[in-house]
Amino acid sequence: MRQKILIGIGLIAAGLLLRNIWLMLTNLPDEAFQGAIFRIIFFHVPAAFTAFLCFFASLISGIAYLRTQNLKWDAFSVSVTEVGLAFGAANLITGMIWARIIWGIWWTWDWRLTSMLLCWLLYAGYLVLRRAVEEPTERARLSAVMSILSFAVVPFVFFSIKWFRTQHPQPVLYGQGKMDTGYRAMLYGNWVPLLLFAIILIAVRMEQERRQRELDALRREIHAF
Amino acid sequence: MTRFLRQMFTIAAKDLRSELRTKEAVNASLSFALVILLLFSFAFDPTSDMTREISGGLLWLVFAFAGVLVLNRSFARELNNDCLDALISSPVPGPALFLGKAIANYVLLLGIECVCLPIFGIFYNIHWTGQPAWLALVMLLGTWGMTVVGTVFSALTVNMRLRELMLPMLVYPIMIPCLMASMQLTTPLLASEPISGDMLAWVRLLVGFDIIFTALAVTLIDTVLVG
Repeated sequence: MRQKILIGIGLIAAGLLLRNIWLMLTNLPDEAFQGAIFRIIFFHVPAAFTAFLCFFASLISGIAYLRTQNLKWDAFSVSVTEVGLAFGAANLITGMIWARIIWGIWWTWDWRLTSMLLCWLLYAGYLVLRRAVEEPTERARLSAVMSILSFAVVPFVFFSIKWFRTQHPQPVLYGQGKMDTGYRAMLYGNWVPLLLFAIILIAVRMEQERRQRELDALRREIHAF
Repeated sequence: MTRFLRQMFTIAAKDLRSELRTKEAVNASLSFALVILLLFSFAFDPTSDMTREISGGLLWLVFAFAGVLVLNRSFARELNNDCLDALISSPVPGPALFLGKAIANYVLLLGIECVCLPIFGIFYNIHWTGQPAWLALVMLLGTWGMTVVGTVFSALTVNMRLRELMLPMLVYPIMIPCLMASMQLTTPLLASEPISGDMLAWVRLLVGFDIIFTALAVTLIDTVLVG
């Protein structure tokens, strides 16, 4: 049943994605200054949204684990962090492709690029930390703390954007944003399939964690004899 | 409250005493700082004007690299003879234990920085005495941020495999906002320019970082140490 639901969600996501790509290529006009490449924003920005939503979920599940001591929260936490890292990487890579064409360089040490890379590294550190602890409850406890501390840095990273001179295009969604409503609808519209895709990945990853726990339990049982 | 403070200072005094008697972390840290200062001289022309423009960054990199050696020892020192278990089971509460250790580390780091600063000034021909009060404030705030993050991660990684590698890998990304603010503030200070206008935002960032991470560390330390 669970698997059927996941396949269903996957089909919906794929359908929506195909429809969005079709609309992007046929219906939406090229942006006046950037030409065709601007369409990468429909993947670039929703990927960042998804990544940060995942990191936020990791914070919440970290706190939930510390309160309940239920290892399911730990499984959720590692799943969302891994998926968040994947979407963070998608955000960075699509940004780099865009930068290569518009700015002529793959990377620049603009603060916004730097801060995304920094967030990515923080959560990569979370995964490295998990590898270094053997005992499951200790691993869950320490990685929950790591998740809380990592998320506490995120606002600092974001506030400093305003204070650092920046080369990145100004935010187009908030503040004095000037994004065309058609583009904006597509941007949020394309977030839906990406988010559904993330949910499937998280569900699959959690299932793996559950089986891992089961295996560990069986192994302990064998060793007990 | 006075009891808490007394316990905190007892822990701090214990750590400082044992460090000053053996000097293992301080000696390693100071010689490492000298090595880094020497290495920097090969990376660029140390006599050029460029040095002045990146002086704040260089100085804080030295502090951060040398500091982690001290922070790494903070909890690892207690592993011998199960001292850490004894400390945890003693009547000293977790926050007092943490703040005591953080204060000891803070004093050690500030001491190391006070030795490195004049050496840095001599080697790279930088007159750092132009704004002593501001420079002291930035060093006090920046070092506390580094210390508090470093100490909590020292506790977090104490029982891990490859502890010496884990600590710097986890700690530097978290320290970055604090280090960046300190670097931004120190560069003009080393050129004897006062802090004003927009630069005050970096001071606020440092203060905010210090407060939030101290609060988080004090809240989470029992979870880290005991569970």
